[in-house]
Amino acid sequence: MDEAVRKAVLGAVPSLRAFAISLCGNVDRADDLVQETLLRALANIDSFQPGTNMSAWLFTILRNHFRSEYRKRRREVEDSDGRYAETLKSQPDQLGHVEFNEFRVALGQLPADQREALVLVGASGFSYEEAAHICGCAVGTIKSRVNRARTRLAELMSIEGTDDFGPDEQTRAVMAGGGE
Amino acid sequence: METAETRNRKDGSRPAKLSREVQARLGQQLRSLYDDVVNQGVPDRFTDLINRINVPGNQDGQ
Repeated sequence: MDEAVRKAVLGAVPSLRAFAISLCGNVDRADDLVQETLLRALANIDSFQPGTNMSAWLFTILRNHFRSEYRKRRREVEDSDGRYAETLKSQPDQLGHVEFNEFRVALGQLPADQREALVLVGASGFSYEEAAHICGCAVGTIKSRVNRARTRLAELMSIEGTDDFGPDEQTRAVMAGGGE
Repeated sequence: METAETRNRKDGSRPAKLSREVQARLGQQLRSLYDDVVNQGVPDRFTDLINRINVPGNQDGQ
């Protein structure tokens, strides 16, 4: 295998794991999913087009594999042993612990197609076009899923307007650059 | 019938569009969650796996 390809695959692993965890909701199963994805990808490395986006290629393989093999077992044992939270060593200090946990739970309650669209666009840094390619759907579909995901998250977290942020929240939002 | 009670709730009960502040906050939380995993780097099991793989035509399988 070409050294540049090997490096590109390795470089994609951290975000591939983050995406897998968001799909599975369980670190151990997510890592198994990543492992199977890498084995598949490396066995088919000849079908990777040099010069194209390695991450997008790997995300597509992972997402398809998840859909065909993992989805039926999806989240059934979600973090039953608390390992997900445990893995998150540096709980974001700027967010309250309770709120952070609340967000994680709410994210897990989203329909799978909305969650993956939101994560791909909102966290993985893919464009709407790239996310549409990874999910095998139209760009407009991704946009609408992302919008619905955000609205649903806000509902689940009972954030329905700026009034719902208490004084502490507002202060933190401003300090984090989220306010004016 | 609109009552005082439903009027009081109307602002928050069905958000047609989230404020930018709420969207920014949700985005921040999502990225925190995601980046926390990304910052863990590549676990050894995957480094080993990728280095071990001997793809046909590869002469430096290591």
